[in-house]
Formats: sequence, structure tokens, C-alpha cells
Amino acid sequence: MIPSQFKYVSAQSIEEAISMLQEANGEGKILAGGHSLVPLLKFRITTPGTLVDITRIPGLKEVRVEDGRLIVGALKTHFEISRNETIIENIPSLAKTASETGDLQVRNYGTIGGNIVHGDPVADYPAIALALDAELKVEGEDGTEMMPVDGFALGPLITMMPENALVTEVSFEIPPEHVAQTYLKYTHPATGYPLVGVAAIAGTDSGGAIDYIRIGITGVSDVSYRARPVEEHLMGKKPSKALIEEAAALATEGAEMGSDLFASPEYRAHITNVYVRRALHEVLK
Amino acid sequence: MEKMVGQRIKRKEDPKLITGNGVYLDDIKIPGLLHASILRSPHPHAKIVSIDKEKALAHPGVVAVYTGKDLEGKINPVPTSWKVPGMNLIETKQYPLAIDTARYVGDGVAMVIAESKYTARDAVEMIEVEYEVLPSVANQKEARKEGAHQIYEEVPDNVAFKYVAGEVTDEDLENAEVLIKGTYNTQRVAPSPMETRNSLAQYNPGSGDLKLYVGSQNPHIHRMVLSEVLNFPEHKFHVKVADMGGGFGGKIGVYPDEALVSYAAMDLKRPVKWVETRNEHFQSANAGRDMMVDLELAGTKDGKITALRAVNHANIGAYLATFGPGNPTIDFGLMLSGPYKIEKAQCTTYGMYTNTMSVDSYRGAGKPEVTFMLERAVEDFARKINMDPVEVRRINFASKEEFPFTNAQGLIYDSGDYVKALDKAVENAGYQELREKQKELRAQGRYIGIGLSSYVELSGFGPSAVAGGIGFQGGIWENSTVRVHPGGTVTVYTGTSPHGQGHDTTFSQIVKDKLGIPYEDINFVFNDTRAVSMGWGTYGSRSLAVGGNAVALATDKVVEKGRLLAAHLLEADVESIDFSEGIYSVRGEAGRRKTFKEIAKAANFAWNMPEGMEPGLEEKTFFDPSNFTYPFGTHIAVVEVDVETGGIKILRYIAVDDSGKIVNPTVAEGQILGGIAQGVGQALWEGVQYDEKGQLQSGSFMDYTMPKANFFPKIEMEFTETLSPVNQLGTKGVAESGTTGSIAAAANAVMDALAPLGVISIELPLKPEKVWKAIQKGGAKS
Amino acid sequence: MNNELVNVTITLNGEKRSADVEPRMLLVHFIRDVLNVTGSHIGCDTSQCGNCTILVNGRSTKSCTLLAVRADGSDVITVEGIGTTEKLHPIQQAFWDEHGLQCGYCTPGAMMASIDFLTQNPDPTDEEIREGLDGIICRCTGYEFIVNAVRSAAKMMNEDNAVKGEV
Repeated sequence: MIPSQFKYVSAQSIEEAISMLQEANGEGKILAGGHSLVPLLKFRITTPGTLVDITRIPGLKEVRVEDGRLIVGALKTHFEISRNETIIENIPSLAKTASETGDLQVRNYGTIGGNIVHGDPVADYPAIALALDAELKVEGEDGTEMMPVDGFALGPLITMMPENALVTEVSFEIPPEHVAQTYLKYTHPATGYPLVGVAAIAGTDSGGAIDYIRIGITGVSDVSYRARPVEEHLMGKKPSKALIEEAAALATEGAEMGSDLFASPEYRAHITNVYVRRALHEVLK
Repeated sequence: MEKMVGQRIKRKEDPKLITGNGVYLDDIKIPGLLHASILRSPHPHAKIVSIDKEKALAHPGVVAVYTGKDLEGKINPVPTSWKVPGMNLIETKQYPLAIDTARYVGDGVAMVIAESKYTARDAVEMIEVEYEVLPSVANQKEARKEGAHQIYEEVPDNVAFKYVAGEVTDEDLENAEVLIKGTYNTQRVAPSPMETRNSLAQYNPGSGDLKLYVGSQNPHIHRMVLSEVLNFPEHKFHVKVADMGGGFGGKIGVYPDEALVSYAAMDLKRPVKWVETRNEHFQSANAGRDMMVDLELAGTKDGKITALRAVNHANIGAYLATFGPGNPTIDFGLMLSGPYKIEKAQCTTYGMYTNTMSVDSYRGAGKPEVTFMLERAVEDFARKINMDPVEVRRINFASKEEFPFTNAQGLIYDSGDYVKALDKAVENAGYQELREKQKELRAQGRYIGIGLSSYVELSGFGPSAVAGGIGFQGGIWENSTVRVHPGGTVTVYTGTSPHGQGHDTTFSQIVKDKLGIPYEDINFVFNDTRAVSMGWGTYGSRSLAVGGNAVALATDKVVEKGRLLAAHLLEADVESIDFSEGIYSVRGEAGRRKTFKEIAKAANFAWNMPEGMEPGLEEKTFFDPSNFTYPFGTHIAVVEVDVETGGIKILRYIAVDDSGKIVNPTVAEGQILGGIAQGVGQALWEGVQYDEKGQLQSGSFMDYTMPKANFFPKIEMEFTETLSPVNQLGTKGVAESGTTGSIAAAANAVMDALAPLGVISIELPLKPEKVWKAIQKGGAKS
Repeated sequence: MNNELVNVTITLNGEKRSADVEPRMLLVHFIRDVLNVTGSHIGCDTSQCGNCTILVNGRSTKSCTLLAVRADGSDVITVEGIGTTEKLHPIQQAFWDEHGLQCGYCTPGAMMASIDFLTQNPDPTDEEIREGLDGIICRCTGYEFIVNAVRSAAKMMNEDNAVKGEV
């Protein structure tokens, strides 16, 4: 499997990357870790005219906490995220997601930016990104804007990403200290992607009522989504087996389930309900 | 000194392979090398209206583009090599490139030859083909239905062959106390060696020699068949196999691609290489299994099985593969009654043409399929009469006193002690405790299952007269030459073709024990039609049972010639010469001796030979065994089913296998382990999928689940050793046992777990969704 | 056209190697076909099998999923660079000792991934080893003897380090 021909340029700065994209006349594509892009190139599903390599741009691997949010540089690899102490301390489920993304070799090269920007509905990060109101810092010819992950992907590999722009950072809301969090994944046995991946973060107030609840779901449908009906059903109530059961049953509401050789829409929906329930039990012990 | 046979010797092959010094076919670079890429039909069945190759030909770096029409009359169709008498075979023509009609997704339509593989790949996209899509069919039972689309005019109902073995009447079944009817299908799987198929041909226009490197388990068969396909004589045709990354049956077959590459090399007078992509492997490498079996099993209430009657619809694909017709009829059909003493058995096989890739041998080739059928049915029978499945097996086994044992279809099993392997497996598993634990857990709403599978295999192909009787287009003896060099080291040649099995090591162990020379002084040559005289290759677990014994016999001849020479040089009677630990000595006179090294030199120099003895020390054997060998064993799988998701976890796996004498336990265990992974893989995860029209849906490892390390627990293994009487070493085949035993063990365990939920049967592979749906349905019913 | 060549220079097993190639060239082809170092193998088209795994700047990666040009300036180690038949790397020794290979095709990739895995987790459980091998497909061994080999290599490497006083 061999990619078709393209031109390769390597950017030394964000500004240079943007102008290189402009020069490519709409035929340009950003190359970061390449672990989403190169497989598509090999099958000639994507045939860009120019690849703009951004991996030599300095400063895109930072991790910091700023105004109650965790900022992760777009080029941070899954392996680095899984081992980063600031991330583990502030959002352990993000580190867990990273440690379960791909396999050993993929985690060394795949980046969080590429993973999310690609708009692949079977990527792992969207679950936690949606749950924690993540935003993408998009720098382009029209300046810099923050784009919420929610609503960013429109369909498989189709996104709101503006032309001639690149994502340089991903920022996450840091949940309050009293919450518990998890990423629960049903791994597709062939691809290693999530058949369903559930990010769940929840906490209760001193009276035992749920005062923080976030559920992000990835893998099962064309677009990863935030399970708001589940959250709304739980918010303010005291957790019980019955309540969790009811809430989990809402996990696929409004979502259209996908299908492949491994699992039908019906089964995906069922598994989503089961995994949301299991994740809720884990964080609402 | 302790014998080497039976020891855990580290492999000779490995230092090369672990340091990157292996040379696989794609590692071979030759000056002037060209690269081939093949355009394949995207349609299951289509008329080729026109092909425009001009754009591709004009592309810089492209040397040639061939279509089926270009090659018409220049390359013959690729034939099958197994035509069973009585099957009324209708063999259709498989041209190396389709001429008018493409008959499966992956059927070759054109081939580009270019200066680089990148260019070849680019140019393939530039060929424009106009197709007229024709109706098509993928499923073999559908293909036989009235009104099904007929793929070939000359093949009514798409039936390539029909073969009946044995006889069971309706009365045999109707009068039975218990009658089980079931469907036991083994789905199509892809052999998937990690190195895909490949070939590299080089033609010398001066000498007229053609050298073909090819991914093959049987280079001499490749030479023989391709010689016919290419009208090229065998004596000018040199076939070699480089280090090879696995085969598993997928590299037995002689394929169109290999003929094409050879032709192009001769036509262009430049070397040409072709390496299959993984996607192509799914399209156009022979698949395995794909048998749909309807079985009736008759028995008594107290557990005796009295008759078996099976109808096997075997999907053989769009064209007959090299061994395609033999697997369902002989390997499956004649092994219907397995390890059991059953009076009557009948198997009717329909070989069905469909618009899919050809089906050929895959690890076990017929035996895993028939074992799956029988062992699933035995457990269904046990459940029906409410008897422990261990007990049912014990009642029906052929007992060890009955060997050689003639099965219901007339095959004579060489040796066996089936109860012993069963007892050992039951003991190792702690079967009774497992049953109790199962009960306990069920009370807690947890579902574990215990599945058994007892098998016997026909392996170690075999006596050549039988090959003739069953229409196998070749011999199945094996040859070996042992060449002793003047310095006393030894090179051994054999016609088996290792590609991971470790023959270098295990065969050296055999030679070492006989000659008493250092193990390091023994070298093997395989996989080369110019170095090795005729041989039949590696498949059917025949390498050790036939090839290894040929090595043993040829080595014996060397020892005997050495003895004659030693007697001459020592001026003693031949009868008084002992040979031990590499020393010939006169019995009772330890001082009168010649070392093997001295004899090697003496024979090669030939200064003083006995009268009439030829110079040199080199002996050859052609060994044709008197019978196949029949390894056997019992496997037990323990699984837990998450009834909420249908997910299956293998908790334990216990295997007791008997492959006769074990030459190297570590190597043998490796064979069992790899075999189990493939069998359990078939039971739980793997499957080539076509839609009903024959569009391939599983074209990569993204869709086709290959088992990975974290799918398995540690396997608990043990061998019993029941020697085979049909060869000197007492060995049987070992490579296919793991696969043959494990499909049913895994499936039975799942069915055992789900029995209380009313689930009776689930089609393979047992994907979680299917399990979950069966539970929903079963649960609703109960 | 878009096929102007680019220069790629890497340090391959300690030696500086350089060539002008098409930007689309995959690193595995660059190493195998341009530099003629053929120990790393290709087993699939979809980045699943890991048979082409090598170390780039000390970390394992599937060389079929990296463009050669992306590796420009990198330190690359393949199976040829970890040990010789005279002085095997512990992972090579362990694969040999434990019969961790049959056909040997996936073995270089499996060993390179294992080296990286053991630097991340020097004292793994069997279960962790099985997880760690997730990016490797082997069709011959059923993995069990590979797991044994990785465990045995871990022990050897830890003892080595203990001798050197690094633990």
C-alpha cells in the first residue's frame, strides 16, 4: 500500500504553517503524528497535494493549568499524556484514555491534536473531551479562535475545521476535587478502537445528591457525543441502582448508532447502555 | 550419551532470524529488478467489455502491461491437483488473467510491470476497465438452489463435484432411540501468514534457465504444475523458497500470480518481483474451511452412537484450488466418525462453485471441520440423553486393544489410546471440581462453561498408492540424501519445506543420535528443486512422520556403508563391528576402532575400498510409508460468558495431545500453541465475510480479527506418547492437532455455559453480538 | 508535479545514512529498499501487525506509518542494531531461549516493541506483557512463548542493571 504523490513542506512556526497551507490552494493537509493520516494516504482515501509537517514547530507539546483549565499542546503524544503528572493529577481519566488509545507503538507517535482534529468517530479522546467541555485553539489566517469540541465533528472525518488553520492546543475544564472519574472502553477486537468508549465524571454534595455529572460517549455513532439526557436525569438526585439504570437507558437518546462487520446498530446501542451503567456505578460508588 | 531425540534443544534456525539475517523473498534484490502490480476485479462476477491500458503504458517507468487477452494461448489455465475418482469433477478453466469474465472479487484482470513498486502501483490505477456486472452468488447452499445464477454454462446447479462415502439408510436413523439433527458450519477463514504470498522470477536467455523464488510449501509441486502451465520443461526450471514467513496451507496452492511473474520475466528478459499486499491476500489467496454441514446422529439412550449421516456443502470458490476437491471429500468425508467406534457413517459432499476466492487447505484441512461437527454433536447428544459428555466419549471411543482400528469409512488408524488422553485432560482440568464450581457460580448468576473436544487426525501424508487411489495428482513419499563430507561433517537434503516448523533442529537431532557426531556438524538443505531431488513438501503434518523418517533411513544407510568400510579397514568381520557415539570398533577389542571422521575421509579419498564398493559416503532414501499416522487427543476449554454483553473470556485451556514420539518437546509445544490460537481464533473471532452477492467485506486486519496476545490465558499442555507402528521413529504429525482439537472445545464451552439459558446453537465465529442475541432469544423461549 | 525529491538523513544503527526520495516514501520502504537494511518486515497495510516496528529516537513505532521524511534527522534502530550473533541483546537471547519465534517474520518487530515496552515497564506481570504486545500480530506462536520470552528478557535486563548498579 503506497500513497499517491504529494509535496512535503515542514513548518518552523505556526505562521509559516498557515502560509504553507495558503500556498497549497486548498490541497494542503497538516501532518502531525500521522497515525490517523498515513493509513488514509496508503489506501489513497486521502490524496492531498501538499503535506505541511508541523512537528518541528516548537512549543506545541506544553502542558499547563490556566484559569481552572488544563491546556495540552496539540503535539503531545498519547504516551506522554498517559505519563504526565500534571494531567494525572488534574484529569486522571484523560491520562487513562491516553493509556488505552491504540497500542504501544501508536501511543508513541499519535498526538491528541491529530486524534481530535481528524473527526474520527472511533477515536478515544472525544469522550473525555466532550465530557469536560474541551476547546480547540485554532490558529489560522483569520486569527485565533477557540472552538468547542462539542459540535466540531459533523460526521466521519468531516469537521468544522476552517481552511488554512491548525489546532495548537486542547483545553479541558478541570472538574472539582470531589468527583470520581473513569474512561470505560469496550475494545473492538480487530481495530483496537472503542466499539464504545464512555468517559464518566461524577460527584455528590455533602447531602449525597449528585452535583457534578458529565458523560461523553465515543465509538458507536457517526459523531461522538455528550450524553446530556443521562446527565440531566441524574443531576441533583441521590444515586441508586434504579436511578442509574434509568439514566443509562437514556445513553443513546438522539444518537444514531453505526454499524460494521463486528456489531450492528442494535448491539451498539445495547452495549452503550450497559457501559454507561457500569461507568456510572464506578464513579457513583 | 543421552539421546538428543526427546530433548528440548534450542533451535538452530534462530540466531539468523533474531538478528535480522533472515532472507525472505522481498529482501532479495537483483540488479535490473522490475516490480509487478496486479489489477483485480472489484466485482464478484462481471464481463470484461474492454480494457484501455494506453495511459498506464505511457506512464514513465512502466515497462509492460498485460491483459488476459494478451496472454491467451501463451499461458495455460492453472489446474487443480486433486481429482477424487467417483466425484464426477467438472474442472473449469482458471486463466492467469481473466480473459472475458471475472468471477470473484480479486480475479486478476491486468498486470503492470514497472521499474519501481511505487510506479507499478500508480500505473495500475491508470488502467481503465469497462465491466458489465453479472448476477452472482457467494453462499454455497444458495448456489445449489433452483434458480440460482449459474456461474458456468457447463456446470449445472454450480455443482463442481458430488462425492458419497459410506452408506447410512433412512431406517438406520428412524429406528434409533435418539436422533440428533444439527447444522455445524465452519466459516471461511484466511490462513494469513504474516508474510503474504510473493514470487520473484529470473530468466537467463543465454542458458534458457528459469529461476523462480516463490512463497511455497512445496516447491517441487510448484515446479511440476507451473511447468505445465507455462509449457516450460522441469529440467530448466529452478524453484526455490527463501526464508518464509509462514504458510498454514495458504502457500500450498499454485496460483496464477506465480505463472504471470514467470512469464513476464521470460518475456521481458529481466527479473520480476511481485509481493501480495494484505488486502490482496484477503481477495486472492486461497481461503480455508467454508463447509456447511447438516448432520444426523443416531444413538441409544445409554450413550452409544450408532450412525452418522452428513451432507457437506463445501464452498470451493470460483475456481478449483490445488488441493480444493480433496479436503471436503477425503480429509473430512472419510474421517466422519472421528475417534469413535460407530458402525455406520455416510458423508455426501457437494463441491460448490461460487463467486468467491478459491478454498484450499488451511491448517488441518477437513479435520478441524469434521472434528468441530462431531464434537459439537456429541455434546448435543450428551445433553439430550442427560449424560456427562466425558462419559459419552468414553463409551464410544475405539479402545486401545482394537488397533490398528478400521473406522466406519474404511480408514485404518495406526495406533491410539484415546481414553488415556481423555483421562489425563480430565485430571489436569480438575473436571469434577470445575463442574461443582460451575453450579455454584450459576447460582450467583455467573455463567461458566466447560467444553471438551476429542479428536483423531489423518496426518503424515502418506502411502503413495493411497494417494493414487484418492486421486491426489502426485506421490506422497519423501526422500532424503545424507552427504558426508571428507572432514566428517554432514549435509542432509530433504523434500519437505520448513518455514517455521524447525526441521533444521528436529531433523538434526535425529541424525545426531544416529551418527554420534556433533550436532553443529549437521546441516540441512531444503526448499530448492535443484539441490533436492523430487520431494512433496510440507503440509498434512507430514514432514516429521514422512520426511523425518526418510532422513532416519538414509542416515542408517550411511552408518551401514561406513560399517562395511570400517570392517575392511580394520580387517574384521562386518558382523563384529559395533557403531556407537561416532566410533566403529571391533566388538570386544576397544583398541581396534575407526572414528566416523576417519571413515568419512577414507570413503571420500577411496584409497582403499572393499572390492565392489563405490567411493564416497552419500546415501539416499525414498521413503513411502505403509500408512498415514493418526494423532489424537482431548482439549478442554473453560470460558465465562458475560450474559449481558455476550462477551466471552477464556478462563483456562487444557490440552492433552498424542503425536507419537516427540522429537523436541519445546518445538512440539510451539506447534500445539500456534494451532490452538488458530482454532480458538476460528471459534471466537475470525471470519472472511462476503455479502450475498460475493462482494468482499473483510479486506484487512481492521475487519478480520486476528487473535492477539491478550486474547488468551496461559495454555496448560501435556503430551501422551503412543508410538506409531508405521515408521521407524514412531512419530506422528503434530502441527495441525492444536487447531483440530480447539474449535469444538471453545465452541462447546460457550454452548455449555449458555445451556441453562436455552441456547442450543450459534454460528461461528461466536462474536459477542451473536451470543447476546442468542441469549435474548433463548431466554425468551425458556 | 509533486514528485520533487527530498533529502532524508537518518542515523541508522549508529551510522549516518542519506538519500533523496519521494516525500511519499514510507520509512519502512526507505530502510528496506533504499538503504537495504531488510530485517524489519511488512505484514499488513493498515498499521495493525507491527511487524515493521523499529525504534525512532528510542521509542517503538510502526515504520509503515511514518513517512521517511518525517524521520529526517532521527536516530533509528532496527533489529540489526541491537545485537549480533556473537553478542545477543537480552531480548534476542530470550526469544531464542524461550522458543519465542517460529517463522521469524514478526520477530524483529515483536522484539523491538518488547524493548520499548520493557523500558516503560521493567518488571511486568504476564497480563501486562500480553497488553504490551497489543501492537504485534504473530500467526505462528499463539503468543505464549513470546510472553515467556519477554518475561525472561525482563529478568535478564534487570539483573544486568543490578550488576551495573543502575537499579
